[in-house]
Amino acid sequence: MFKPIYISEVNCVSPLGMDLESNWAALTKGESAIEGIDIGMLKEIDVARFADRPALLDDSLSFLENIMLHAALPLVSDKVITARTGFILSTTKGNIEKLASGSVEEAELGRLAGVLAQRLGFVSKPIVVSHACVSGLLAVSVGKRLIQMGQYDEVLVLAGDQVSEFVLSGFQSFQAMSSGPCRPFDAARSGVTLGEATAAAWLTDRKSEGIVQIMGEGAVNDANHISGPSRTGEGLVRSMQSAFQEAGISTGDIDFVSAHGTATLYNDEMEAIAFDRMGLSGTPTHSLKGYYGHTLGASGLLELAIAVKSLRENMLIPTKGFATLGTSKYLNIIQDLVPMDLNYCLKTASGFGGSNTAMILKKI
Amino acid sequence: MKETFYISSYITVATGQVFVNGQLGYSSTADSFATFVKEAVKNIQVDYPKFYKMDSLSKLAFAAAEYLLKDMPVEEDTAIILANRSGSLDTDYRHWGTIREEANYYPSPAIFVYTLANICTGELCIRHQFLAENAFFVADNYDSKSQHAYAEYLLLSGKAKRVLCGWVELFGEEYKAVLYLVEQTGVLPHTIEQIDQLFLI
Repeated sequence: MFKPIYISEVNCVSPLGMDLESNWAALTKGESAIEGIDIGMLKEIDVARFADRPALLDDSLSFLENIMLHAALPLVSDKVITARTGFILSTTKGNIEKLASGSVEEAELGRLAGVLAQRLGFVSKPIVVSHACVSGLLAVSVGKRLIQMGQYDEVLVLAGDQVSEFVLSGFQSFQAMSSGPCRPFDAARSGVTLGEATAAAWLTDRKSEGIVQIMGEGAVNDANHISGPSRTGEGLVRSMQSAFQEAGISTGDIDFVSAHGTATLYNDEMEAIAFDRMGLSGTPTHSLKGYYGHTLGASGLLELAIAVKSLRENMLIPTKGFATLGTSKYLNIIQDLVPMDLNYCLKTASGFGGSNTAMILKKI
Repeated sequence: MKETFYISSYITVATGQVFVNGQLGYSSTADSFATFVKEAVKNIQVDYPKFYKMDSLSKLAFAAAEYLLKDMPVEEDTAIILANRSGSLDTDYRHWGTIREEANYYPSPAIFVYTLANICTGELCIRHQFLAENAFFVADNYDSKSQHAYAEYLLLSGKAKRVLCGWVELFGEEYKAVLYLVEQTGVLPHTIEQIDQLFLI
């Protein structure tokens, strides 16, 4: 009924590297960006943060704006941007640190989108998706859907969030922070480690340019609790069912799952239940949070970019921080770098507000 | 793939007034948003203790949705697609106030959880048991073209049976909500022009 949509290019910028290739190299060597540092009033806190903020492209822009441009520019530089080219930005908190300047307008997400759109040369009105920790993945769904509806021919999806005292203090007040680097799906997991990154993807309806096809996706709410995941994983299950129905494939076709895996007790347990209900328990599954921490509105797209790279390299990345399974349902957690023929990937994300998103990718 | 969808119900909340399908449904002389929204909800005999724990943005979305949905049939598969200008900045500013000074450092999880714009969509899903598609957008003005396309995608693809769309903007004492339901039957055609008309009330 709707035309197929492809991803033709992905990129990411993180403390592990300033482009996709350097990130991939770091992941395959098992490097983690997490380390203990002082941030404002918070001392010796484990985060995945740019240690030396990289040389800024433009010092009239904020750090976040710079690293978002750094992720986007390689994708945009060889493209012809028209009114039919969409620009979708994903972030939870954007330039939230600008609240300290006393100007609330400076912290508006629309302002951030406007600055980036102008620098990147977009002429269509930017769209900002701000939907907690599923934002990055949901933004890709939004781009796909709007191309399918004929609003755009191509879309740049750009995601980013940074480590801030604003978010760290909140997660601490929730007692949701890990003691030590986070340990997704592990029996000894004790919470999240926060991180910062940006990521970008170029969506198109031209098959000749596609490196993966977005086979199906869905984003269904739990309708259960604003800060706790559903105990039954209902929203995530329905998101996956929606994605599989659209893709027209079965769970047995999936070669690996790139899970959300924040390493909180409840999130990882919820995911294990949801994957079990879907019959995905035996499918190789990882979380990348042990390398990058939880990069909030960037995480879904960052992890999608790595999943695309995994498909192309035919290589499964292990779950850093994992040693012993700590969920009530079995999961086949990837523990080693495994070369394997890969064709289909399922990427999921879940977050505050009962949000969930699932997306199935197929290598072209 | 040409199918026609309709707006089956719509609502505007602004400056102490609630308009239901274009008619004045409630009016208040309250001098603050907090008092107004509490009275507006009380006016239609809503008893929902969680309402009192919500931040102002969620209270606005909640009250608007109560008026929008009160005479409509129950439909679990109602997607929620909302947008605003300020995101969660009203509550962000409150949270920032709890961490800006070392001597006064007391971040609260009850405030922090509302520092995400989409929490209000989660509140509506819980209240109405909508196990359905969600998305929250931030824009300077309501992007009726994109919202129209997105809602129609959800209905055409079968990913939702009904879509609750609209604008829920709040910062301090400045607020406005415009919500509307899109489905297969209704009173107004679901067109970009018609959506723009709803914002003129």
